[in-house]
Amino acid sequence: MNNKLIVSTSPHIYTRESSAKIMWMVTLSLVPAGIAGVYIFGLSSLWVILTGIISAVLTEAAIQKLRGAAVTLYDGSALLTGLLLAYCLPPAVPLWVVACGSVFAIAIGKQAFGGLGQNIFNPALAGRAFLLAAWPTYMTTWTNPRGALDAITSATPLDNAFVGVTYWDLFIGRRSGCIGEVCIIALLAGALFLLMSGYISWHIPFSFIATAGIFTWAFGADTLFSGQWLFHILSGGLILGAFFMATDYVTSPLTNKGKLIFGFGCGLFTGIIRLWGGYPEGVCYAILLMNAACPLIDRYTRPRRFGTK
Amino acid sequence: MGKTRLSPPDFKERTRALPIKAMGAVPEVVLPLLQHTGAPCGPEVAAGDNVKAGTLIARSKEYVSAPIHSSVSGSVKAIEEKPHPILGRYKAIVIASDGRDEQDSSIQDRKDTASLSADEIRKIIRDCGIVGLGGAAFPTHIKLKPPKEKPIDTFILNAAECEPFLTADHRLMLEKPERIIEGMLIAMKVLGVKRAIIAIEENKPDAIEVMKKIVDNDSIKVVSLKSFYPQGAEKQLIKTILRREVPPGGLPFDVGCVVNNVATCFAIYEAVYKNKPLYERVITVSGKIVKNPGNILVRVGTKVGDIIEFCGGLSEEAAKVIVGGPMMGIAQYTLEVPVIKGTSGIIVFGKSQVKAPLSQACIRCGRCIEVCPMGLNPSAIAQAIEKGRFDLAEEYNVLDCVECGICSYVCPGNRDIVGLVKLAKQKLKNKERK
Repeated sequence: MNNKLIVSTSPHIYTRESSAKIMWMVTLSLVPAGIAGVYIFGLSSLWVILTGIISAVLTEAAIQKLRGAAVTLYDGSALLTGLLLAYCLPPAVPLWVVACGSVFAIAIGKQAFGGLGQNIFNPALAGRAFLLAAWPTYMTTWTNPRGALDAITSATPLDNAFVGVTYWDLFIGRRSGCIGEVCIIALLAGALFLLMSGYISWHIPFSFIATAGIFTWAFGADTLFSGQWLFHILSGGLILGAFFMATDYVTSPLTNKGKLIFGFGCGLFTGIIRLWGGYPEGVCYAILLMNAACPLIDRYTRPRRFGTK
Repeated sequence: MGKTRLSPPDFKERTRALPIKAMGAVPEVVLPLLQHTGAPCGPEVAAGDNVKAGTLIARSKEYVSAPIHSSVSGSVKAIEEKPHPILGRYKAIVIASDGRDEQDSSIQDRKDTASLSADEIRKIIRDCGIVGLGGAAFPTHIKLKPPKEKPIDTFILNAAECEPFLTADHRLMLEKPERIIEGMLIAMKVLGVKRAIIAIEENKPDAIEVMKKIVDNDSIKVVSLKSFYPQGAEKQLIKTILRREVPPGGLPFDVGCVVNNVATCFAIYEAVYKNKPLYERVITVSGKIVKNPGNILVRVGTKVGDIIEFCGGLSEEAAKVIVGGPMMGIAQYTLEVPVIKGTSGIIVFGKSQVKAPLSQACIRCGRCIEVCPMGLNPSAIAQAIEKGRFDLAEEYNVLDCVECGICSYVCPGNRDIVGLVKLAKQKLKNKERK
């Protein structure tokens, strides 16, 4: 028996937490928003979601095989990337476009940097940015929500503000937009679950949403401090981005102070792009820009070394 | 921003109510020549010599060292390399017991303790080989002699016992509280300190009550501490109690205090009042598969295998045997390894309780930063070391790490952060030597 003792460095006990569990919990928290999306826009959304997931997972497995690395699909991270990418796509986007986005997200956005934990940019958002640049028409062709008269295309509220859309409509998702971003109440349910169970902290969503709200209130109209801030918070991908994209551990700062700065930057860039930029929506690019700033933020927000000021 | 306080499940319920049991002398003890922080001892005996329990068998002329005494009566069998719980293998004196278990004649009650000067007491403590029994085994006579330019205003009795599973200090407080206090008063006298704080984690309410009954006044206070890990780490404890932070690379002296552990104060009592060298101590033997776990008074040098047998053996095959607690203890490769002065417990895990570190990718979740008591970034340190960037790890203050293990404990990737830190410290030490 003496030959069989296991020797390893301390500690010898661990929490039950695992990276895989975290990924699956985040995935679970996104399910309500997905169901809402499919209900609101119809079955085509489901095919987009499934295509996003399957192509992301296959790409991950293929590249890990090619790299000679262990295939780690069980960790759920590729699935989550595919899911998040699908959530920020229009419901009527051709499935081959979705697949291209997933391949880009995993191959270039994640694996090219060295795989899980090493990527600079949020892979799902990198995928979306790529699709928006490559096929802008597909990426801006919107489907009307269930119950609307004209079922083909219309602008998202951000393109053409307030065409008969109430705050309540925004809240329950009765508007056109991307699959996973429209139903705010479903997103908030998932976000609440993540906050309560400690999988995300409040810092990034709070400073992101607050900054975007204040910025659009201050500069969102012809006169100062009269912008429709609540409209800006509830529309576009702000809620999805603030709770589920910007909080991605890998691409956000490590400390709470850093997270507040990161969220502030995301909110600021979102506001600038939405109000003064060429695109109607700014969440995706705002987060990607702040992803790039993350190492810098980490450098200047190191924790205080014990025994020093 | 506030630190996250985390308490791993404490697993103390199996042994906290069990009175200390004396195991007595065993047929053979193995006494390594290095059991403390400092210079190793040289043997003072040769094979064939007869010794008694408490007979001096090894010492060093160096100041930072502590002599070693036989823990049984019998004869020296050999002086050879043997398994060592921390160092892998080390030269040790092997003593075969004659079964009579006689004490050395030098062990006698001392009556005139009140008239002893500070220097005399320090010499007794040194001659009795007392070291810190909390784990680091730093020679106590040095801890009790702060440099003149550093005035000490507070003595802290460390009774936190924050390591899961361990209950030896807890039991000692319930069963020998007066002696612990006597030992503490001696240490305070040596230091010339008037104020003392007895720091106990709130998960030991009975011990708090017992200690309060004996002393609780303006100068000696019993405080109940929140239970979290690593509350009992020296620097953390000083911060919790006095709101003072020991500067990087510094010692408790630097912030005007001295910290000693419960069992150490008990050993000081035995040394000063009985002239009894440190050759036995209380350890906790626990783990799901130990048939009769308990708090056992064992002779230093007793082999782990013998102790497990004394505790009724195991209900299934051992997968991991840890000397110390599960957070900082060391996994052993053989049951032939002996208990040394600094050993606080033996924890045995069966196959189902062992989770080997998988060392998956870091997902930058930041949990390790939130819990690190030293304000370090374990994630960045570990990644630097993995890339062989020991210089970068040093810049990230890897040398401040106290190896408490809470970062690896919370890590969802089960990353072996402590193992990497130990490697880096070794590399940096070697570099300095060159």
